[in-house]
Amino acid sequence: MTRVNLTVDGTAYTDEVEPRTLLVHYLREQLGKIGTVVGCDTSNCGACTVLLDGKSVKSCSVLAVQADGAAVTTVEGLAGPDGSLHPIQQAFHDKHALQCGFCTPGMMLAACDLLRDNPSPSEQEVREGIEGNLCRCTGYQNIVAAIQAAGQAMRTGSNGAANNGSADSDPAATVPAGSQEVSA
Amino acid sequence: MTTIDERPDVAGGGPAAEIGQPRKRKEDQHLITGRTTWTDNLTLPGMVHLAILRSPMAHARITAVDVSPALSRPGVLAAFSGQDFAETQGSIPCAWPVTPEMVNPGHPSLAVDVVNHVGEAVAVVVARDKVAAQDALEAIEIDYEPLPVVLDMEAAVADGADKVHAHTESNRSFTWTFESGAAGTGAPIEEVLGQAEVTVRRRFLQQRLIPAFMEPRSTVVQPVGDGFTMWSATQVPHILRLMLALTLGVPEHKVRVIAPDVGGGFGGKLQVTPEEVITALVARRLGKPAKYTESRSESLMSAHHGRDQIQDITITARRDGTVTGLDVHLYADMGAYLRLVSPGVPVLGAFMFNSIYKFDAYRFVCEGVFTNKTPTDAYRGAGRPEATFAIERIIDELAVELGMDRMELRRKNWISHEEFPFTTVAGLTYDSGNYEAATDRALELFGWDDLVAEQADRRSRKDPVQLGLGISTFTEMCGLAPSRVLGALSYAAGGWETATIRMLPSGKVEVITGTSPHGQGHETAWSQIVADQLGVPFDDVEVLHGDTASSPRGLDSYGSRSLVVGGIAVVQAAQKVIAKARRLAAHLLEASEDDLEFSGGSFTVKGSPGSSKSLAELAFAVFSAHDLPEGMEPELDATATFDPENFSFPHGTHLCAIEVDTETGFSTIRRYVCVDDIGEVINPLIVDGQVHGGLAQGIAQALYEEAVYDEEGNLTTGSFVDYLLPSAADLPSFTTDRTVSRSTTNPLGVKGVGEAGTIASTPAVVNAIVDALRPWGINDVQMPCTPERVWRAISQGAEKSDRDPGGTVAWGGISTSSSDGSSAAEGDQL
Repeated sequence: MTRVNLTVDGTAYTDEVEPRTLLVHYLREQLGKIGTVVGCDTSNCGACTVLLDGKSVKSCSVLAVQADGAAVTTVEGLAGPDGSLHPIQQAFHDKHALQCGFCTPGMMLAACDLLRDNPSPSEQEVREGIEGNLCRCTGYQNIVAAIQAAGQAMRTGSNGAANNGSADSDPAATVPAGSQEVSA
Repeated sequence: MTTIDERPDVAGGGPAAEIGQPRKRKEDQHLITGRTTWTDNLTLPGMVHLAILRSPMAHARITAVDVSPALSRPGVLAAFSGQDFAETQGSIPCAWPVTPEMVNPGHPSLAVDVVNHVGEAVAVVVARDKVAAQDALEAIEIDYEPLPVVLDMEAAVADGADKVHAHTESNRSFTWTFESGAAGTGAPIEEVLGQAEVTVRRRFLQQRLIPAFMEPRSTVVQPVGDGFTMWSATQVPHILRLMLALTLGVPEHKVRVIAPDVGGGFGGKLQVTPEEVITALVARRLGKPAKYTESRSESLMSAHHGRDQIQDITITARRDGTVTGLDVHLYADMGAYLRLVSPGVPVLGAFMFNSIYKFDAYRFVCEGVFTNKTPTDAYRGAGRPEATFAIERIIDELAVELGMDRMELRRKNWISHEEFPFTTVAGLTYDSGNYEAATDRALELFGWDDLVAEQADRRSRKDPVQLGLGISTFTEMCGLAPSRVLGALSYAAGGWETATIRMLPSGKVEVITGTSPHGQGHETAWSQIVADQLGVPFDDVEVLHGDTASSPRGLDSYGSRSLVVGGIAVVQAAQKVIAKARRLAAHLLEASEDDLEFSGGSFTVKGSPGSSKSLAELAFAVFSAHDLPEGMEPELDATATFDPENFSFPHGTHLCAIEVDTETGFSTIRRYVCVDDIGEVINPLIVDGQVHGGLAQGIAQALYEEAVYDEEGNLTTGSFVDYLLPSAADLPSFTTDRTVSRSTTNPLGVKGVGEAGTIASTPAVVNAIVDALRPWGINDVQMPCTPERVWRAISQGAEKSDRDPGGTVAWGGISTSSSDGSSAAEGDQL
């Protein structure tokens, strides 16, 4: 077993994990962060996408020990402490960008990273930016529209939720460069 | 949106109709915040975890199995083989014996002595956590003696073929036939075929597909007394409850099934699965709650597949383009076993091959065939996409043969809007439709003439990138289904649906529906219906579903039935509530019931607007029950069960423009326009979403997806690396619009929308690709139309081509003949 210290959605954790434990299994089974889901076993579907120090990763492709010292944001950490929705959540709701909702956590977090890199993406840039996240329900059209709408909202600050959350868990705010030391 | 029929006033009146509004979904909040209840999220005290060992062999005898070595692995509590449950597991049920003679070989959940497809469950390990269970699978010792593998359907039905099941006479499960002369729905087919002026024959292949819902299947079973509660990622909690009771011999009232959040289904979770049965068996054997969640690889191997037909289709016409006869022969691959509705899926297609066209005669013969592959069953559209593909493809081929414009040929033969209701050669009565209106609107949005000009230009320039234009004018039968029709088709159950409305003392409303949504948004749409019916605020309505304890009656969600059947049950329940409330209101207002008007959620006495009783007041009045009419029970709640008198028949026109790079074979959809007529729309936001998703799946069949087996029966597309679900980058933005011809067979005028996009889009895309390649003499490309297949078709079809045509995978053997004796083998070797 190996000891890891990390912050997930603003809360610091210290745990013993098996070296082979994937980050997604650590999140779901040890932390009870069941908002993050597993959709495949080949890193194709992206349902398990989370932010690791602000950058999107497929948490089935990261060992829990690799997240040692990092800040992880899951879907459960997107909304503000007062429950106000993050602009990407609001946009997914407004644009009917989800049906069954299983891909939604990963899709929203991938979108956060995309918008961090490119705050005003074209339709084609959005489509290519979320290529690693599969959705079986929506045909993607409303997802693309939602991501563009969220980008607009975040640029103009038209959504009050744009600046909520702690700095290390809010992908809309400035993301710390590189790995961040977190005391357990 | 073009409205063809005037929409009548909303029943119950009210200030602003909810029906038709693009209400944002009630379902979203917990899904976008991660507070979800997927089955795999559930943890119960003392819960154990299962891992399943699956057969690596497509067909073999199990000569020895020893699970005991797994017991010494860390954390392992128990391990079982099929022998351990041979007496208790029963058989996975098939509810659709399509003919009295149908052969059902039986389907053990855990293989006992023979395995019949790769991925079949052979043993199960139970451990304190999932990883421990999975780790111990490798310790199980099992010996297989290989048996001959049956994969090809035509070879499987040949004399002397190796058999999938030793105890059956052959690999044929059933032969189901319909012939219009015998049925009295048209002329004798042989007569019409014999008099044909023009005959076109084609063989089309419906490749095997995998539903590939995003949430892998998961089941939790908790023993409760001498019964159990099951949570499962299922579309059909009610059907599952009954079938589990019958399969396991547990009394039905001791079984409760809960479908919590369910992550998509598309027919793939319309099933009673071996994994559900195995989890129940283990939980009951050990007396502990047990969970099984499949991996994606397990899902692709063992969750049921869809489509997989060989379609031989003959169309006849007069020289003027009037179609006369349609003769269809199908081989439908059942896979290794019959599951819940496996045989019924291709048979549903029987009524749709003739589609929107007026034929004199029609014959449909379907042979269900066993092979050593994963069983097939419902996948979005279930029988109807196969039919629509075949007819829309061969109509294009007939147009080429006749030298007629493809759309003119369709217009000449479709049912005109003045002819409804229209009884087809397959015996269905289409209640309404307007193919002209949908088509005209689609052509306008598409810019057809400009694209035709561009195509001509690219052809004349010999542009390496050619443009193809594809048409699909389709209809479908939705709202499964009138119970008497299901009975005539030998289905074991009916097609009704139930709803209950509970009026709470505070005036809030609970709606209990027998439908089981898993992404469709019923909570939102049913709330809109009830808000209009009862005149209550949208937010005052709560919709409950998916738990057989709270929603005891229902037939669940599939076949575009939820709104058309379940939504109408909601309307009827609301009307019963109003009728009860009217009696109470008359009593309290000291008026005659006939003098009351119900509007905006209140009863008023005609002519004296000052006196009124709101539904909320009446709900409290029955709660207090201080002053009720003589003999009235103190409640306003009502239950209604609706059995539709007919199917509904959505239709539409889909147009696809596709650019085909003739040097690489790569196809890119340039424009996709669809105008669907699904009758009245409850929520356009949800409807557009259903259409988008349906299009993606239909386009995926045309271009991307195929379940492939190697010669030993191994699924070589057993992960998302190889089974190509389209990503956002693979799909275009769609232009959608609607026309509205109300269904005349239900009070909302609705028709259903869950499958339209999938059914219509596949032939639109393939017709577009073939259209682009016509100059090469190409008249078919096998699905999925991958760059390799398109490139090979071009290489082989092109005269003077210096490209290597070897190894083509496009289907050959196509021939066209005319009654004048000439016969052209067009592109025989495509």
